[in-house]
Amino acid sequence: MAPKLPIYLDHAATTRTDPRVVEAMMPYFTEVFGNPGSRNHSFGWAAEDGVDKAREQVAALIGADPKEVVFTSGATESNNLAIKGAAMMYAKKPAGETGRGHIITAMHEHKAVLDPCKRLQKEGFDVTYLEPGKDGLITRDMVEAAMREDTILVSIMWANNEIGTINEIPEIGALCHDRGAIFHTDATQWVGKMPTDVKTDNIDLMSFSGHKLYGPKGVGALFVRRRRPRVRLTALQEGGGQERGLRSGTLNVTGIVGLGKACEICAQEMDAERERLFKLRRKLEDKVTGALSVTQINGHPDKRLAHLTNISFGFVEGESLMMATKEIAMSSGSACTSASLEPSYVLKSLGVGDDLAHSSLRISLGRWTTEEEVEYTADKIIEAVKKLRDLSPLYDMHNEGIDITKIVWQAH
Amino acid sequence: MAYSSKVIEHYEKPQNVGSFGTQQEIKARTDVGVGLVGAPECGDVMQLQIKVDESGKIEDAKFKCFGCGSAIASSSLATEWLKGRTLDEGLEIKNTQIVEELSLPPVKIHCSVLAEDAIRAAIADYKKKNGIESHNEAHSH
Repeated sequence: MAPKLPIYLDHAATTRTDPRVVEAMMPYFTEVFGNPGSRNHSFGWAAEDGVDKAREQVAALIGADPKEVVFTSGATESNNLAIKGAAMMYAKKPAGETGRGHIITAMHEHKAVLDPCKRLQKEGFDVTYLEPGKDGLITRDMVEAAMREDTILVSIMWANNEIGTINEIPEIGALCHDRGAIFHTDATQWVGKMPTDVKTDNIDLMSFSGHKLYGPKGVGALFVRRRRPRVRLTALQEGGGQERGLRSGTLNVTGIVGLGKACEICAQEMDAERERLFKLRRKLEDKVTGALSVTQINGHPDKRLAHLTNISFGFVEGESLMMATKEIAMSSGSACTSASLEPSYVLKSLGVGDDLAHSSLRISLGRWTTEEEVEYTADKIIEAVKKLRDLSPLYDMHNEGIDITKIVWQAH
Repeated sequence: MAYSSKVIEHYEKPQNVGSFGTQQEIKARTDVGVGLVGAPECGDVMQLQIKVDESGKIEDAKFKCFGCGSAIASSSLATEWLKGRTLDEGLEIKNTQIVEELSLPPVKIHCSVLAEDAIRAAIADYKKKNGIESHNEAHSH
């Protein structure tokens, strides 16, 4: 039976808010509308109770103490607060000077990590951008090799948003604790999908977002470790002193309640969900790569998220591939440069961009993805790639044994 | 991105897809002119072939294209327009006509330019193979 169209397979971009989450949020718009900062009446207390419960739900999912959870507007804000806040707090020299401290991150981090790091570079910090291996991984050894006497902060994402590869986070955390550097991880794609224990995983600071784990948009959290080591941050946003002074501004109570409920559901369901989505993902990958030659699954084959895959197709241009599969919502991580598609810096950092005559799809499954949808998608991709290869002069050349990288092209 | 209905029509049912032989064969055939323009790193490669009869008329044309929907549509349209023309008439096809026919938006004008280049390159190749002097070299950008 054909599934209902369009099909949504872009859960790494955002997820549908779980109806159970929406239900939990509803009373906080109308009945429990108080400001949790209002300490002197019952409206404020009721709202604060909702926030407290959510803080416990979030903390329980990641193995933290509720006091270690700071609510933000999302992972971008959490990343900014963690990176800039830690750099300013642990700077070796005052503002205006150079040599204020060394930061380690990676080339294929999200822009919400890279851009704060670039800002800090302008403000007198040194930043090392590690190049991932061809498998997309950042290992403990890579971080260790980049460590310096003055390294104050390491920020490495837990799972990559474009290819789903999983970095050696507990190992990198242990290394940082040995060396006295603060360790931040952007866990936006990880939390709610994979078991997380910030204590045993050696995390000091961890960013994540509500809308990636079936919660609402506009809310996220930053885990800030309180013991061994006690991590301190310079606040970026000042005002009413909410969130222990780390994030001033009236709390987004509805969003926070939703995030809490979303975390509670993830804690209960993620193991079964992961197993189910892993099987579906494998089915999709096997079907597509079995039917088509010159395809490549990008990133490490096993050290990766269960629900996400990134596949490159040779001799097919990205925009026409999206056009041929337009009833399926996927992300084009095209590595080829065309007029309208930006090349993916993530794929480039893996060396995937070396042969430019291909395009890539990021497909991310989610809570309501069905087997029928996955089969339909696989069939549609196969049909589209075959059609476009029938049209592709490059595919003919490949089949005739001509190396297209050796041709002198008349570039415009 | 919104494509015009004409682009979608050509994209869904491209006309005259194919080749008059392998790369080696078409190089050797004197009745066939080949234009290969664009570059993989630019995201567009067009291969346009014309087959010319004894009277000097383009009796058939074929294309292959690695590129976006507009590039595919532009080359498909070019092959349709080429059929039945003389070489000189073929050179009268201008990119602006392709833009108009397919209602290409400004960001896709380069697709039509590429198609015109492919036409010129294919005709020039045919003339070169047959020792015909050519005054209309493919222009470069």
